[in-house]
Amino acid sequence: MYKIAVIGDRESVYGFSSIGMEIYPVYSEDEGREKLKSLAGQDYAVIFITEALAEKTQDIIDKYTKETAPAIILIPGVTGNTGQGMSSVLKSIERAVGSALLD
Amino acid sequence: MAVMNVNPTRMELTNLKKKLVTARRGHKLLKDKRDELMRRFLELVRENKELRKKVEEAVKRANTHMALSCSNMSDEGLSVALMMPSQKMSIEIKDKNIMSVIVPEYDVKFKTADEGDIYSYGFAFTSGDLDDAVKDFADIMPDMIRLAQTEKTCQLLAAEIEKTRRRVNALEHVMIPDYEDTIKYITMKLEEADRSNTTRLLKIKDMLLKDAHGY
Repeated sequence: MYKIAVIGDRESVYGFSSIGMEIYPVYSEDEGREKLKSLAGQDYAVIFITEALAEKTQDIIDKYTKETAPAIILIPGVTGNTGQGMSSVLKSIERAVGSALLD
Repeated sequence: MAVMNVNPTRMELTNLKKKLVTARRGHKLLKDKRDELMRRFLELVRENKELRKKVEEAVKRANTHMALSCSNMSDEGLSVALMMPSQKMSIEIKDKNIMSVIVPEYDVKFKTADEGDIYSYGFAFTSGDLDDAVKDFADIMPDMIRLAQTEKTCQLLAAEIEKTRRRVNALEHVMIPDYEDTIKYITMKLEEADRSNTTRLLKIKDMLLKDAHGY
């Protein structure tokens, strides 16, 4: 049995607790890095992370893109959509095709 | 021309020819694998993009409601309302095999039988916006899980395609031409040796005839 985690700033993740995901509000960059690392090592199948925090923890996220679990998925936070989530999709296209496609 | 460092012998030639056949077959197989992976990947990535667009919009909408309820209610009130969620989600991972790439398939399970059991608070002390927000989050949940699944699959496939593409390119542009060049080199060397041998024999025959008959 695997769990689902949501990590990010408090306002962005609070709502997800109501539908039964586990939320981990973090307040600083260092705390976010530590938390993400420890969560990735536990039995979480999916970790949703806010784009704002993902930007600062890109190196950790990149480490897990080749693993089957966990899937670290970017979601927009309350501060708005930075388009980073979409760019991660485009990045995987770029890897597969070998060159950036204009989309 | 990139000739490998081998002795130009008949045995080397036979070995190289066998290797070339294997390399060609491997190249063809890997190319087929790459093409099929690519086809699957493009299908999935299109779905991934649509899903992401949908989820991002939905999360934004839910966040708007959340922000509204944050401003309507006291911080403590909100914390108390959401502190003890009545619903608990868990996920089961099934492995799916796409062209020998193991990708996850998620199956969501809920703790309580009623999936709609999402309101963990009495309605007396909370604002209606919170209800909206919670409803929004519950609505996008299935899409979010699907997004997680497709996105992970796409990432894994992309990594595999990258690897396969490198192999195909290495075979196509380095290994196979090298083998071909070396085979050509050895063939020419052997033919050359053959010719020089024939010439020598002719020459010796001439000399012997001259000695015997005085031509």
